[in-house]
Amino acid sequence: MLDIEVLFTSHLEETVAMILFGIGFSLLLLNRNLIKKIMGLNIMDTAVYLFLTAKGYIYGRMVPILTDGITDPNAYTNPIPDGLVLTGIVVSVSVSALLLSLTIRLYDRYHTLDLDKIIMEWRKEEDA
Amino acid sequence: MSRIRDNYKTSPAGRFEAWYKDGYDPMDDCMDIHKPAEVSEENDVADVIAGLDLGDTVYDRTTNKALRISGHIYKILSVVLCVVMIGALIWMVQYLPPFGQPDNPVNNEVSERYIGSGIQETGAVNFVTGMILDYRAFDTFGESCVLFIATICVQILLRYDEAEKDPANVRRRQKAATDRIYEPKNDIILQKVSVILVPLLFIFGIYIILNGHLSPGGGFSGGAVIGAGLILYLCSFGYAKTERFFTVRTFRIISLAALITYCLAKSYSFYTGANHLESHIPLGTPGAILSSGLILVLNICVGSVVACTMYAFYTLFRKGDF
Amino acid sequence: MKIFETFLLIGLIICALSVTFTKRMLTAIVIYMSYSLIMCVIWVILQSPDLAITEAAVGAGVTSILFFVTLKKIDGFGGDSDNEQD
Repeated sequence: MLDIEVLFTSHLEETVAMILFGIGFSLLLLNRNLIKKIMGLNIMDTAVYLFLTAKGYIYGRMVPILTDGITDPNAYTNPIPDGLVLTGIVVSVSVSALLLSLTIRLYDRYHTLDLDKIIMEWRKEEDA
Repeated sequence: MSRIRDNYKTSPAGRFEAWYKDGYDPMDDCMDIHKPAEVSEENDVADVIAGLDLGDTVYDRTTNKALRISGHIYKILSVVLCVVMIGALIWMVQYLPPFGQPDNPVNNEVSERYIGSGIQETGAVNFVTGMILDYRAFDTFGESCVLFIATICVQILLRYDEAEKDPANVRRRQKAATDRIYEPKNDIILQKVSVILVPLLFIFGIYIILNGHLSPGGGFSGGAVIGAGLILYLCSFGYAKTERFFTVRTFRIISLAALITYCLAKSYSFYTGANHLESHIPLGTPGAILSSGLILVLNICVGSVVACTMYAFYTLFRKGDF
Repeated sequence: MKIFETFLLIGLIICALSVTFTKRMLTAIVIYMSYSLIMCVIWVILQSPDLAITEAAVGAGVTSILFFVTLKKIDGFGGDSDNEQD
């Protein structure tokens, strides 16, 4: 059912990208610390970018910049996933900054970084 | 060694052994017994009830049994979900087309068109820059807007609250505000190093932005490098010297001018392209800096927005204001 | 080249796992910075120099600095294990 040799010989980058996605996801879900959750989200982001860029790579071809006047499309790797990931990296910085500022405000309000305790305090105040 | 013994004494096995051997009462320090407050004529009954602190045990994980059981169920379910998800993803990978072959479905006629006619239609030597600033320029416009919106949201969240009542927070804000006074005298190593590094960073960032269509780089990378240079300048020389050339007014003017220029430039292309008109912007010779039409202007716009955003994030986190 | 790339990818997984298992947050952020740098080298191997410059400036630069400043504002340099005294 699970062909290990195929996974690690011909799909190495994609397998590693999926493992990293899983590690980031478990960090996001199972840890109670807010900062570790944000780091898990960032790791998930970079894993997806690795997967996308690995789709655009072709063996034996060059960087998509015109060199020596060759305009044959069969001499360059695929430039489209590059452009998508470039936007994605900068958007992931914005998301991280927003989440970190939310964390600072939550800490100012509840003086703890533990998500369970924050929810308990919030429920206490809501019911009061 | 005493710490291990203390840990054992408070663990469940240690408590069981103490109960078994010495008859110690396990409910000994688990119950809070409050002396009831005297109900005098001044105290209201509601105040007495509020002082008894009854309601908190519902929210305490150690005393509320339903909370504890649901906590365990949540942990088990989340671990199962993680394992199932990772397993499904890894199992999917083996059915993908092989890595790096030229006949993958991902390499279709779109990339052939972008590379094949890239030089005539855009004039950019770097095909990736030509793609994101000419063929797919609206995505980059949306991304610049996302950066701008993120800056505004962070500014709203981290503003100083004038009506702050909690004394710990007021003290912390005052400490952050007075942090700036001692900054220039703080670190001599940082100042000596940044005298050399900051001009180099600015020049390198400007070089990357201007050569975006000729070599790897472009607006995002150059903007991030310039932003990092500004952060280094702020860290080593303090707020007073940085405010001499970068205030909130500068940030507003640069961001708005860049975004409006981008919008006007791409509206022009949208208009001429939709009506099958000829866009009269000269493409120049590929390989020169002043080539490829509007890509140079758009690179500068994107680079300035990114640089302002990176610097704004840092100073908003540090100071709460520009 | 393939062996080098394999070592870098294994290094990525080791960095991600160490971020999971450290208790001090300062260590986790420094390991995240090195994760970002290894990712930057992988972008170069996958023939995307644009992404490499952007990831180096943004991932190992600005994001990690934002994490450090957040830690400073919440006084979180101690980590989540309480101080043990003998």
